[in-house]
Amino acid sequence: MDSIIEISYFVAAVLFILGLKRMSSPVTARGGILWAGVGMLVATLITFLWPDMHNYVLMTTAIFIGGVAAWWSGKRVAMTDMPQMIALYNGMGGGAAGAIAAVELLRGELHSTTFLTLAILGALIGSISFSGSLIAFAKLQGWLRKPLRFPGQTWFNLAIFLVAIGVGGWLVANGEFSGQLIALFFIMALAFGVLLALPIGGADMPVIISLFNALTGLAVGFEGFVLNNAAMIIAGTVVGAAGTLLTQLMAKAMNRSISNVLFSHFGATSTTEETVEGSMKPIDAADAGIMMAYAERVIIIPGYGMAVAQAQHKVKELMDLLLKRGVDVKFAIHPVAGRMPGHMNVLLAEADVPYDRLYDLEAINAELARADVALVIGANDVVNPMARSNPDSPIYGMPILNADQAKNVIVIKRGQGKGFSGVENALFFGDNTRMLYGDGKEMAGELISAIKQL
Amino acid sequence: MIEGMTALYIFMLSAFTGYEVISRVPVILHTPLMSGSNFVHGIVLVGAMVAMGHANTPLELVIGFIGVMLAAGNAVGGYVVTERMLEMFKSSKGGN
Repeated sequence: MDSIIEISYFVAAVLFILGLKRMSSPVTARGGILWAGVGMLVATLITFLWPDMHNYVLMTTAIFIGGVAAWWSGKRVAMTDMPQMIALYNGMGGGAAGAIAAVELLRGELHSTTFLTLAILGALIGSISFSGSLIAFAKLQGWLRKPLRFPGQTWFNLAIFLVAIGVGGWLVANGEFSGQLIALFFIMALAFGVLLALPIGGADMPVIISLFNALTGLAVGFEGFVLNNAAMIIAGTVVGAAGTLLTQLMAKAMNRSISNVLFSHFGATSTTEETVEGSMKPIDAADAGIMMAYAERVIIIPGYGMAVAQAQHKVKELMDLLLKRGVDVKFAIHPVAGRMPGHMNVLLAEADVPYDRLYDLEAINAELARADVALVIGANDVVNPMARSNPDSPIYGMPILNADQAKNVIVIKRGQGKGFSGVENALFFGDNTRMLYGDGKEMAGELISAIKQL
Repeated sequence: MIEGMTALYIFMLSAFTGYEVISRVPVILHTPLMSGSNFVHGIVLVGAMVAMGHANTPLELVIGFIGVMLAAGNAVGGYVVTERMLEMFKSSKGGN
């Protein structure tokens, strides 16, 4: 029986890796999740045959409750809300890793120092990921609006972290321990996760979610060692490494390091208010529509505003209309537009915009200078030329889409407010920029009817 | 079964595998891939089941139950969300 379980876990691990590999190309991606899914199913079913287990009825009940709740919420959630659902499910995984460690510690059958250390480390990381992800979920869901910051925060957080490490170390060193100490350890770890996520501002959320994702993977890998479970070790470590790389890629796209995201909270230090020359010049939808209809090349730059307004379907309609008139339409996607890398791609894909019309930063920046119209819809910081020109600006050095170099720029924006970073956007004051004030979806609709009337 | 150096080798090779799998991914797949890797660590369900299966006291059982429930949520939710995202990736040329 043992060897059947071992072989099944081995097959599952292979399927996970092949699945992830397939998910890294658009052509095979849809099959990839299926492969990984089969691996998960095999591993889960075979685990029921694990020797000397009891509590089967309760176990099945737990799987049923968790599975159905997740299935229901996952099917219902709108595409725009995907980031927080990923945060939520990821947090659950971290919590599960913590729970495994708690059960193993309470049973008191971990005698070697190595196993104890790994169990404690996994518990620490998993708990941080659990509570941190829940905070991230609450923030993206709009339940927690303001980032919480107070003086000496970093030191306070560090102190909590050290207490957690200290208690964990004591547990390992003594081997024999009480429930109270275990509880204290978990409370400190959970508190640290909360404190870590609380001060993070909206624009940094994708990085922190990705980081928690990597941490959960690592925690699962550690608990895999404790349980002597190869499938968990391999899958967890693969995710830990992949997630770490993904986190780095994201932070790099914003020209920041991970520690910068975590500890020097964005915008907290910059107090100097830049002034921008010029004024914002409004335009109405009819004029903007004419401008686009008679253009040769139009590049659309979507941002979080498009997601909030659910404007992706209208934008796709606008694209179709322009294509029919012989206008070349492309989409310029900034790596951190929206709340996750690729957030815009997913939304536009939902609206049936073919992915070969989407171009990333390097591919499109040269073309922006040749574009007749750059239509910015709900994007702000990612098109702010100050990132190139003003060394004092908090976003200085971040790679941006050079929308300001297009012949004409139309910006759809709800009001005159600033972007997530709270930085004034020089693009909006440019001579070639016209502001189209209004909700993204409504304005896209008005552009469509304006072009239809021509 | 898996001990000492063997465990370390598995750990190292898995880490390199994860790094390799991700390193040549186009930006448009970052979100689905993050979601996909989120699903893969749902394998924690297997461990949670084993832990719960060996729970003896009521407290262990309760924690085990919560663990299995959370892990099942991670696996199922991760799958559903990833599948929905990838469902939308189509090319304008049709076919693939």
